[in-house]
Amino acid sequence: MENFDFIEMKVPAKAEYVGIVRLSISGIASRIGFTYEDIEDLKVAVSEAITNAVDHAYHEDDDGEVSVGYGVYEDRLEIMVADHGGSFDLNEVKGGIGPYQGSESVEDLREGGFGLFLIEALMDRVEINNNDGVVVLMTKYLHETEVGLDDDQISTTQ
Amino acid sequence: MDLAIDVIDENKKTIVKLSGEIDAYTAPQLKEKLLQLTKIEEHKTIVDLENVGYMDSTGLGIFISALKSTKENNSSIRLVNLQDRVLRVFQITGLDEIFTIHTAIRGGNE
Repeated sequence: MENFDFIEMKVPAKAEYVGIVRLSISGIASRIGFTYEDIEDLKVAVSEAITNAVDHAYHEDDDGEVSVGYGVYEDRLEIMVADHGGSFDLNEVKGGIGPYQGSESVEDLREGGFGLFLIEALMDRVEINNNDGVVVLMTKYLHETEVGLDDDQISTTQ
Repeated sequence: MDLAIDVIDENKKTIVKLSGEIDAYTAPQLKEKLLQLTKIEEHKTIVDLENVGYMDSTGLGIFISALKSTKENNSSIRLVNLQDRVLRVFQITGLDEIFTIHTAIRGGNE
């Protein structure tokens, strides 16, 4: 079994706590040794996941909590964001994500749906589970060279 | 983790200077302010993001709704002085193509 440290926090599912979680990820990621750019990416990805959970709780009229777990490994950081709200149509959410396509007119542009897309763009691995509430599990590796063999980029970043 | 919104009104033009972070918490007040301005026919809104160090997709959503509002009201919105990190969020999502964005902090008379 791989050794790792685990840090967990629970915050109310309210927008004013998104920034608090962002401060925590910033501290943890810098402790592990991530670069400035990676820390900024992590801040956005985690904020997006929490914002989704907060929006979700809001629509359900639910004063719930959001749990955030950080698995600190030697070569990577795993982050889990879970909201314990009710059901959630994953296909609907996934269907609405993606970058802006040049063919869309401004009038037809959607105002949401960029959150999950950003998470996927900024993290090395993302899994979303939707059994009991929504759980977003995302991973970022410390050095790009340690990303799996299926990754097509070879980098010498230290 | 707050966002300060300073508004400088000039004739037919408003400069909105933002300082802080744009996220789910600070977004509603920004949205309200921007839509107020973009609803004025032919008004020019310039959003100065020089002092914004953090923005996520909530911010994108707000700028998109402001842009839509400009199309309906024949007004305009321009984003200036974006920091690299903020610009990156626009670039990843492809939205840098539809906004008028100026990144240079100093330079030109614009």
